[in-house]
Amino acid sequence: MKNSNWIFNTDFDEFIDLDSYVSRGGFSALRKVMSQDSSFIVEELNRAGLRGRGGAAFPTGIKIGMVASASEKERFIICNADEGEPGTFKDRFILTHLPFQLLEGILIAAYAAGAEKGFIYVRHEYPEAQEKIKNAITVAEKAGLFGKNILGGEFSLHLEIFSGAGSYLCGEETALLSSLEGKKGRPRLKPPYPTEAGYLGKPTLINNVETLANIPKIIEKGAEWYRSIGTEDSPGTKLISLSGDVKRRGLYEVPYGTSFHDIVYEYGGGPKDGRKVKAVNIGGASGVLVPSEMLDTLLEYRCCMEKEITIGSGALFVLDDTRDILENVRNRVRFFLHESCGKCTPCREGLRQVNILLEKLNKRTATEEDLDRLDRYTRVMQDASFCGLGQAAGNSLKSSLKYYRDEYMNGCVRYAEEMSA
Amino acid sequence: MSMVLVEKASSLTSEQSHSLLPVLLEYQKKNPCNYISEENVKEIAEKLNLSRSRVYSTASFYSEISLVPRGKHLIRICCNAPCENAGKEAIHRAVKDKLGIDVNETTEDGLFTLEIVNCLGACYMSPAMKIDDQVFGNLTPESAVEIIKKMEQTDEE
Repeated sequence: MKNSNWIFNTDFDEFIDLDSYVSRGGFSALRKVMSQDSSFIVEELNRAGLRGRGGAAFPTGIKIGMVASASEKERFIICNADEGEPGTFKDRFILTHLPFQLLEGILIAAYAAGAEKGFIYVRHEYPEAQEKIKNAITVAEKAGLFGKNILGGEFSLHLEIFSGAGSYLCGEETALLSSLEGKKGRPRLKPPYPTEAGYLGKPTLINNVETLANIPKIIEKGAEWYRSIGTEDSPGTKLISLSGDVKRRGLYEVPYGTSFHDIVYEYGGGPKDGRKVKAVNIGGASGVLVPSEMLDTLLEYRCCMEKEITIGSGALFVLDDTRDILENVRNRVRFFLHESCGKCTPCREGLRQVNILLEKLNKRTATEEDLDRLDRYTRVMQDASFCGLGQAAGNSLKSSLKYYRDEYMNGCVRYAEEMSA
Repeated sequence: MSMVLVEKASSLTSEQSHSLLPVLLEYQKKNPCNYISEENVKEIAEKLNLSRSRVYSTASFYSEISLVPRGKHLIRICCNAPCENAGKEAIHRAVKDKLGIDVNETTEDGLFTLEIVNCLGACYMSPAMKIDDQVFGNLTPESAVEIIKKMEQTDEE
């Protein structure tokens, strides 16, 4: 993470306290919006083209507008800090290094949506983040920037930190709501969407940490400024969590429109020890595995959609040419098998069957019919799973089956025999 | 039962049940064996006016809540791809050898329980593990064992 002049402007080991946040323009956006009609925020975010950074990339302004126009007056705001996508550490960074920028974003979004109560749902694995954000709320409250009658006006926001308890699925918004209500973190049928019937059945705005932390900068500097970063299709920047076989692992703020090649080589310094990049996993366990030939793709929603790449949470995990693709696939399937809630059959049984087939491949006892089966189960999981977890598990399998067919073939008994004959 | 009564009863349950997860975590923290005992379930059910099966249902769903006794310190080794590729298996073996226990087991002195965990958000310093609330990264088998030895010493003092 390097100091830039975009959204986050923070070094990796730097903590921005309230004073330094204010000295760099912090809370000026909040002052700006509170002197205007709340519809100004929605319009500005729509003009800026801000999209959700948790993975689904839904237009933020539209979502806030949906809650703002609800007939029900009691509304909630929830900041989704249940960052669980393997390989992702951006929200953790914001919570522990830039808590006040996040709080300002939450305040502005809550003001626009008309919410006076809310939660930050932080995963249990991040105790230090829970502590930091709790402290930040206390400090901001003392400064009159949070809590009751913010900035001396009529707007109040009561915010609680809610700890998750170790469930990846709770990052899915309706599962998160179930969890907040004290139930198993299982997803609900949509519609109704949370914007209509969310927490306790009330209209609820749920946004990711990074999304909310973008808002103050957009309001402060304006939609035109924001659109000058990134591309026409995808304005702004994305936090990229870079890990795996590169020289410089870490968190980078990358403008949209940058190629994945540049992220791996310019930001990350390329693979170590003169190795070559074999594959890059984009979007974490629920993302895709793509070969190095596809690295010229741009980090941009349209460009990635055309090539069936999911940007997701922005996790980039590099595998060099010493790595085994199927080992990586097995790791992800084990992950999903553990995190599947068991509610629907395609995900619960699909993953179990896929795991059995992958073990057969590992022992080189699989047949080519097993590969056909794997294709079929993958499709069923993608098409018929109840929520994003099972669907994403299918997506991740599909890309490896497409690009690394030969490695799967290697696990087939007859193929292995023929090749050695 | 009149509709008014039904509504009153249902609002009571929803009001009380949404504090269930924080209450479970709090009870677990206070339990010296780091888990939710049958006694705890009974008490929570009574206090929140919920059925015991309802409390179990939530408690059993989440990985961070244990229904069996655990050690004083929880050692969690990350098992996701970035840590696996960075040598998690060797760390895992070294820690298992050091403690003489397998995953989900507790040392005889009740000091450590070994678990595996999904992504700690520390992939920039993989392989990583977490002991209680602290994350340790860039581990080698030697440094992981060293960290545990230090904890043993601090506990003796």
